[in-house]
Amino acid sequence: MSDMDEMDDGSGIIKKFMFLNRKAPHGTVYALEGLEVVLITAAFDQDVSMVFTDDGVYQLLKGIDTKGIEVKDFSKTYRALEGYDIEKLYVDQKSMDARGLTEEDLIVDVTVLSVDEMANLMAEQDVVISF
Amino acid sequence: MQFGILINEGPYTHQASDSAFLFARTAIEKGHTVPRVFFYHDGVNNSNRLATPPQDDRNVSARWSKLAAEHGVDLVVCVAAAQRRGITDDVLAPGFRISGLGQLVEMGIQYDRLVTFGD
Amino acid sequence: MLHIVNKSATERGSLESCLAMATKGSAVLLIEDAVYAVTKGSTAAAKIQAAAADLKIYALGPDLAARGMAGRVLDGVNVVDYGGFVDLVAEHNSCQSWL
Repeated sequence: MSDMDEMDDGSGIIKKFMFLNRKAPHGTVYALEGLEVVLITAAFDQDVSMVFTDDGVYQLLKGIDTKGIEVKDFSKTYRALEGYDIEKLYVDQKSMDARGLTEEDLIVDVTVLSVDEMANLMAEQDVVISF
Repeated sequence: MQFGILINEGPYTHQASDSAFLFARTAIEKGHTVPRVFFYHDGVNNSNRLATPPQDDRNVSARWSKLAAEHGVDLVVCVAAAQRRGITDDVLAPGFRISGLGQLVEMGIQYDRLVTFGD
Repeated sequence: MLHIVNKSATERGSLESCLAMATKGSAVLLIEDAVYAVTKGSTAAAKIQAAAADLKIYALGPDLAARGMAGRVLDGVNVVDYGGFVDLVAEHNSCQSWL
């Protein structure tokens, strides 16, 4: 990606960036294009958290097979995040429970938070980007 | 204070671009600056100079161009999202330019606030 | 933090999710179709009034008026114009949009 040539903005400022993912994959573009923002952000040495709540937790499921709908399968990209030093991935227990999901269903390691813990995490952020 | 604005949706179909425009204009009237607005997802369609909405309604891309001309607002359209949606340099309205997602990240780092308008 | 919600509570769960996650003392601003939630008789009215105990609830006046709802706002909800919207963003350290 040509954008990876832009290595940080030179200011030395480090902010807490949170990317808020609340939508399921494929029905809309937000999961895919949201992921593209996070990958670019990796080059800027910021304190990045990715939060998956509500239908956003569906983005992380194992067993995604997009051949039948003929769209790009980007699910493996979540596993590549670690290689970009994006390691803080959070889901909330309530969203998982409401969808019958457990950590074993997910394609990457995540930290599972209670609603209160996730609320506090959100309140600490400097910049929140929502898709 | 410096405000950054992220717009995730195209003109007319969603209110996002309208809400963002009124926010930007008001912030400037109150003495703040809006150095850059970033257009992502279908938001890239706000940049299209070929739009010809009815005369009795607002022209969304034109009023962004006017705000840019009058107040130096940098209107940036994401290259990846633009390529997906067929927005190229030759369809851009005045004041818009195509650039990378790094421009959005810089807004978050450098500005005091970043507000997202979407669906 | 300032939380911004823009979709109708009867169309989408974003208001409910926001109210569940907004920490005590936060501000919640409703814009666009979300403003219906702060009107008398809306399905979200009780939820909004309960939330108002811990959160500061705001609604964007121009969006209420555009929807014919300016005269029906629940007690305890602060109606602001775009100037007030800008001030709210300036006054809070960060903002989060629930789309």
